[in-house]
Amino acid sequence: MDLVSLAVKSIFIENLALSFFLGMCTFLAVSKKIQTALGLGFAVFVVLAITVPVNNLIYQNFLQEGALAWAGLPEVDLSFLGLISYIGVIAALVQILEMFLDRFVPALYNALGIFLPLITVNCAILGASLFMVERDYTFTESVVYGASSGFGWALAIVALAGIREKLKYSDVPDGLQGLGITFITVGLMALGFLAFSGIQL
Amino acid sequence: MASEAKKALFEPLVSNNPIALQILGICSALAVTSQLSVALIMCLALTAVCAFSNLSISLIRNHVPSSIRIIVQMTIIASLVIVVDQVLKAYAFDVSKKLAVFVGLIITNCIVMGRAEAYAMKNGPWNSFLDGIGNGLGYSLILIIVATVRELFGSGTLLGYQILAPVSEGGWYTPNGLMLLAPSAFIIIGLTIWAIRAFDPKQVEKPDYEMQNAHNAPAHGASGGH
Repeated sequence: MDLVSLAVKSIFIENLALSFFLGMCTFLAVSKKIQTALGLGFAVFVVLAITVPVNNLIYQNFLQEGALAWAGLPEVDLSFLGLISYIGVIAALVQILEMFLDRFVPALYNALGIFLPLITVNCAILGASLFMVERDYTFTESVVYGASSGFGWALAIVALAGIREKLKYSDVPDGLQGLGITFITVGLMALGFLAFSGIQL
Repeated sequence: MASEAKKALFEPLVSNNPIALQILGICSALAVTSQLSVALIMCLALTAVCAFSNLSISLIRNHVPSSIRIIVQMTIIASLVIVVDQVLKAYAFDVSKKLAVFVGLIITNCIVMGRAEAYAMKNGPWNSFLDGIGNGLGYSLILIIVATVRELFGSGTLLGYQILAPVSEGGWYTPNGLMLLAPSAFIIIGLTIWAIRAFDPKQVEKPDYEMQNAHNAPAHGASGGH
């Protein structure tokens, strides 16, 4: 039950894009068409579901204070190396995933195209790993958290792309054209998602 | 000051603002703007990282093979962010707690990476350093505007000092709780972009579709995006 509640919380209430502003650059740049938004959303979902648990293992077994006890070094605290190891892990995993998909699932590889390498510098990915460390998730929780926050991000970008596809026919004041109106749209979407904030499972 | 250096320092403030025009670095920015003091520390951290990463990348730009330059840049930036993070933890622990994961997210802030790639790889160390500071300031400008509005109307204070006396303490102002939540940040930044573009119409984006008889004035194309 806790896990279901965690999943609902990270999909709707603490949506990475709409309440923590993570992955905003790609969120705004790649949300003009539903098709591309779906591809990117799926890629983020997959990468998050893999990197968060892997970073969780690294944190618990190497970086946490006292985690190196199995190697006979119980006093060592390497948590300051966290940032550089997480970003390394993310970059490496994205690379591996890219090669794996290219070899075994070429259809998906072509569909994701340029988005896969771009994901390395998407702050939603690093952000989720950092939240995982900050909130001290266990391994199972980190699997659920990674997958569901990725799903939440994908949901948000697909919804925004849907709105923007309709919005391009509307008559927007000159200065708001493009980026300005998109920000305001995202603001209204975030307002909508706030409605979920009372939900408790 | 040489004109090139001056351009590097001041252009990113309004006419080429990293957030409003280049859509860079919004990622970790908005979450820290519900209090002005926290936003200021974040600006300082980002400006420092951006300036020094530009400086060091520019210094080694002729020795790095282009095939591995991204990973070299990433390592330099990540190391600088770790330094900033440790300094904050040591000297401003409370603020560092409030900033939480967002200091770490400077690594993936596209302003830092983007300036390293677009400017520091091609220009000398001094100009790159100034360009880093300039872009940091352009980012700070937007952040400070958003944070001022949010803190002033959200809790009636600025930097923690009471400006608008709230009703609960016998004053007249009813704090607008929505200002402290995420949606307001998006809307304020949208309006800020509108203000900047009204001031400098060159930045207005071309619409995908023209309304008939609606806009006869020629729209100048200066589209953002990256």
